[in-house]
Amino acid sequence: MHAFNYHRPANVNDAAALAAKSADAKILAGGQSLVQAMKLRLAAPTDIVDLGMIKDLAGIKVDAKSVIIGAMTRHAEVAGSAEVKKAIPGLAALAGMIGDRQVRNMGTLGGALANSDPAADYPAAVLALNATITTTKGTHAADKFFKGLYETALKPGEIITSVSFPIPKRAAYTKFKNPASRFAIVGVFVADMGNGVRVAVTGAGPCALRLAEMEKALGAKFAPESVANLKVKADGLNSDLHASAEYRAHLITVMAKRAVEAAMK
Amino acid sequence: MGAPLIGARIQRKEDYRFLTGAGQYTDDVTLPHQTHAAFVRSPHGHAKIKSINTSKAKAAPGVLAVFTGEDIAAAKLGGLPCGWLITDVNGQPMKEPPHPVLAQGKVRYVGDHVAVVIAETLDQAQDAAELVQVDYETLPAVADCRLARAKGAPQLHEIAPNNTCYVWALGDKAAVDAAFAKAAHVTKLDFINNRLIPNAIEPRAANGSYSRADDSYTLYVASQNPHVERLLMTAFVMGLPEHKVRVVSGDVGGGFGSKIYLYAEDVVVTWAAKQLNRPVKWTADRSESYVSDAHGRDHHTIAELALDKDGKFLAMRVKTTANVGAYLSTFASCIPTILYATLLSGQYTTPAIHCEVTAVFTNTAPVDAYRGAGRPEATYVVERLVETAAREMKIDPAELRRKNFIRSFPYQTPVALQYDIGNYDATMAAAQKLGDVAGYAARKKASEAKGKLRGIGYAAYIEACGIAPSAVAGSLGARAGLFEAGEVRVHPTGSVTVFTGSHSHGQGHETTFAQVVADRLGMPIENVDIVHGDTSKILFGMGTYGSRSIAVGGTAIVKALDKIIAKGKKIAAHLLEAAEGDIEYANGVFKVAGTDKQKLFGEVAFAAYVPHNYPHDKLEPGLNENAFYDPANFTFPAGTYICEVEIDPETGTTKVERWTAVDDFGKIINPMIVEGQVHGGLVQGIGQALTEGAKYDSTGQLVTGSFMDYCIPRADDVPMFQVDTRETLCTHNPLGVKGCGEAGAIGAPPALINAITDALGIKDIAMPATSQTVWRALQQKKAA
Repeated sequence: MHAFNYHRPANVNDAAALAAKSADAKILAGGQSLVQAMKLRLAAPTDIVDLGMIKDLAGIKVDAKSVIIGAMTRHAEVAGSAEVKKAIPGLAALAGMIGDRQVRNMGTLGGALANSDPAADYPAAVLALNATITTTKGTHAADKFFKGLYETALKPGEIITSVSFPIPKRAAYTKFKNPASRFAIVGVFVADMGNGVRVAVTGAGPCALRLAEMEKALGAKFAPESVANLKVKADGLNSDLHASAEYRAHLITVMAKRAVEAAMK
Repeated sequence: MGAPLIGARIQRKEDYRFLTGAGQYTDDVTLPHQTHAAFVRSPHGHAKIKSINTSKAKAAPGVLAVFTGEDIAAAKLGGLPCGWLITDVNGQPMKEPPHPVLAQGKVRYVGDHVAVVIAETLDQAQDAAELVQVDYETLPAVADCRLARAKGAPQLHEIAPNNTCYVWALGDKAAVDAAFAKAAHVTKLDFINNRLIPNAIEPRAANGSYSRADDSYTLYVASQNPHVERLLMTAFVMGLPEHKVRVVSGDVGGGFGSKIYLYAEDVVVTWAAKQLNRPVKWTADRSESYVSDAHGRDHHTIAELALDKDGKFLAMRVKTTANVGAYLSTFASCIPTILYATLLSGQYTTPAIHCEVTAVFTNTAPVDAYRGAGRPEATYVVERLVETAAREMKIDPAELRRKNFIRSFPYQTPVALQYDIGNYDATMAAAQKLGDVAGYAARKKASEAKGKLRGIGYAAYIEACGIAPSAVAGSLGARAGLFEAGEVRVHPTGSVTVFTGSHSHGQGHETTFAQVVADRLGMPIENVDIVHGDTSKILFGMGTYGSRSIAVGGTAIVKALDKIIAKGKKIAAHLLEAAEGDIEYANGVFKVAGTDKQKLFGEVAFAAYVPHNYPHDKLEPGLNENAFYDPANFTFPAGTYICEVEIDPETGTTKVERWTAVDDFGKIINPMIVEGQVHGGLVQGIGQALTEGAKYDSTGQLVTGSFMDYCIPRADDVPMFQVDTRETLCTHNPLGVKGCGEAGAIGAPPALINAITDALGIKDIAMPATSQTVWRALQQKKAA
């Protein structure tokens, strides 16, 4: 690991100011991607701004319409939250499928979204549930947040503070794991919002994306058979050692069908 | 004394140390004035080194030295040697290209060592390593063993035309051809035995130091065989006398073969320690381990089995191309030959076998022994052929095996080995019962009702452990002995320290060997300590590989124990004023037969060290004996594995539902440790069949260079194993032991692939049978 300056601000405004000071500063949330990249010497930030001491960035609030999760809330906390399990069981289940136990106890919601790894789990939930992302500079609608491979609408120095997930009528996430990394090869989040159905997939493209055809079919009838025979086009999907674009396209259909089954249980 | 210690489930003595963080691994050793090394490695599969500029690195903070291949050449350090000479079909020696410890003008695989940077701290060394500027001219590469001999393929070594190390053969070709000509049925398979990356939990590490006081070196290294490491390094590379070099291999966190070899880093840190007059430490990070540890397997094989109309095996014909990587690692040459072709008889009476092996150089990490080493590859050939033949001929696969089992021992195979003993019917029958094969049809129905595909597969494996005897191995090209040494030191008050040339890096020798010693001497196990892994303490040793430790190392200890008892009888006879022939020894007591006159073991030991009343005219004082043991033959563990899988046809995902393993390891010293060894071996075998596969691209880049892409199985990837044993005692060692370390990894892959192909109703599938591979096979079957 290269040497760097370490900062541990007490509030989010100081954090944003510190991050803005240096072009090569990096914000450290749970560190489950950044620290690995630094250890591999792939990332060499001059400054690390650690959000770990900022207390009001972590925590879960649930009201009648939404689940609001602080950006520094660890995956394990979301997975184990009785309130989240009750309001959006699919979201708690998703958090419980991320990485392994160690990752879940360190990794955070804000970190996962800001990094926008193409195979991260949370982006599927954010998109499918039409969440709102609050930052130090305002709010972002889910549909406008993910821009591409490791690319989001966040401006330099902009820090996610919380995410508000509207409570759906029913929803579920199914994930086909990369056997080695346990990231999603394909993860599909299906959400029946009451006023329409949203379906998002992660792992399949450069960033999480919605599946309009499936949303339409499920909007007409929320049942597994509505999507079971919907073939997804392989064009533009990710292709790697573990899964070709064709295999991913096939898995999207299977995972979507199973997510609908799970949501109906 | 209480219950016998042999066969007892005794908790491992070493676990307290390991579980409480008191182990002393190589990286835990920090010496006064310690320095740290970082290696600059080739990022290219194949390239010329046009120039290396080290000036920036040398000027970086904390940097003490930067060495390149030029320095190594100037110091006249030799290359890394290969320990086994294979003679090819034309009687010519194999091609042995130079294997420099730092690259000389050319790099031949990603990870090849180009330079070393030594600094005050590890971070400084790593920072400076990034400042070493190497100007490469990249060359076309070849990574796939099937392409290495193709016309126009990139050539790795001048002295090895067509990238060929050797073409070697074993068996009677004419007899095989004749048998095939009259066969009623021929089964043929063409497959890859996939390349594996060992991934010991502790990465390789080395810490070299030099003492001006007596011009001597000490190397702390994570090694499976410190004496062999020292012998190869001193005699073949550095030109040093052995008495000036001490090699210490303390606690080692797993090896699986990958820590048998002498590696470049070990030599470089030892040599550099003298240049700097300071100790130099290097510990691989996981990324370095992936690219620079010796890999395993990587064969392409075309295999055929000829049968008569009743299913009796007539002959087997095997043609294999083995990838040895860019250079010959220490035992690379003997793995796909001596430890492979000789095992092709399996458990069967196949009368004629011919095997031809072509070893090729490629732009990949060197390939050498990995848990099983040749024997998994052979077992895969035999057990895939047998199962496939059974299906093609519509004979029950267990029945076809029984039809061909060897039942008369000793049995001389057509591929050089002589099996001393075995009972293959016993392990097969026990496995079928334990695995409830009778209930399989019902389980298959239940799977089908859930929309799943279910399959069952067998493997009836044999392995050859404790490679021996030295004289025979020598005639086959071995450049080392294959004996083991042991020393029993009885202390004046009767406790015992045993020094063994075997090495434990997870196998539990400190417990198993102590059980053997305490049992034979009739004393509590607490009175016995086992010491290994230090050339300054242990007289000699060949180390641990090939499941040899108990059979060879354990026997050396038993021989030394017998000398202790013999001497003890002489001392006791003197003390008891009886004839030596009248003294009996049992349960820690020397007794005059038929009387109540006796001396305790401790009293005899004390007399030996405080020899006031002692037969000085006939006997030296002291009670310390050593022994060397060179086995008369291999040992031949064998067993039957039965695997059941359930496949999700929508995703192609295979779940291993049931696993039954019944092994014959001969006499078992500690069943708990044996079960652990079987479990670990099975998981690695399941890994090969289902999840693990090292992949290089056409430029020689390792695509599976981390745990993100290279999948070793985790607990939730494997079922609860049902394991049991049957026992036939090895006929040529006093304990009747055979060895158990590799069996699981040898027998598991064919059993699992046999189950998957059964479930899918197809002839073959590539390893690893990942979800995508299975899904594609199902798509192809649908399309056909």
